[in-house]
Amino acid sequence: MKPRTVSLAKRGFDFETTMWIFTRLSALAMYLFALVAIVGALIMGARTQMNMADLIRWTFMSNPNHVLNTNVADLVPWSTSFWKLTGSAFVFFAATHGLHGLLSVIEDYLTHPGLRRFLRILVILILVAMTAIGIYVLWTS
Amino acid sequence: MGLKRNVSLKDGLRYQGKGPMLTYVLHRISGLSIVLFVGLHILAAFLSQQFGSNAGTFINDIYESWVFQIYIIFCGLFHAINGLRIVILDLWPKLIEYQREAIWLEWLVLLPILSMVILVIVRTALAG
Repeated sequence: MKPRTVSLAKRGFDFETTMWIFTRLSALAMYLFALVAIVGALIMGARTQMNMADLIRWTFMSNPNHVLNTNVADLVPWSTSFWKLTGSAFVFFAATHGLHGLLSVIEDYLTHPGLRRFLRILVILILVAMTAIGIYVLWTS
Repeated sequence: MGLKRNVSLKDGLRYQGKGPMLTYVLHRISGLSIVLFVGLHILAAFLSQQFGSNAGTFINDIYESWVFQIYIIFCGLFHAINGLRIVILDLWPKLIEYQREAIWLEWLVLLPILSMVILVIVRTALAG
């Protein structure tokens, strides 16, 4: 079966199309960040203290405050601005990806236009607040 | 855009989508679980760091229990691997013909990793 395609000019490129491609690309970006953090953790001695919860802590938020309880010998390598920048980017991608996903699930089940607009505004507020809180915690720890 | 859908929940549940439908449902459930998990986690970290509240330790006690770890690791792994399949098939639409094979491959990748992780978690839990 030959896939039918509609040209971009006919289809239009609206906000939801942008978010559709953003969801795909941010997934790839998060794969990259997790890989960078795992490699960083292994370089910094994680291989000698394998433990599932600890490895996840390193992978998903390589921040000194987050890996505090994991018996890392030296926390200094984790407090550079490189890890803070990748951590902030991770928070931004994860929050946007997750909350847009939440919104698309909600909008699949709720059809009332007013309710949808209200939830859309609510999710945007939560997104801004959670991203700000996450990045604030990252940079002040 | 007021949408009208004439499908009841019962009819929806009776829909036999098989493999692809199962991954679709699990992708949603695991995605929502991760949003809830990460959201509460960030909030708890913020509260305990700024105000010295013990919400952080309360939530961490739940998060560190082995049942929760198995659940969230399943959600994370499934969402990641199924998400990678969706990304690949969406960015190279010609591959959509092989969707069923891709889903089999996905379980073939997921199950060994998941069982290994569960083994490690349970062994750590039993060791105390």
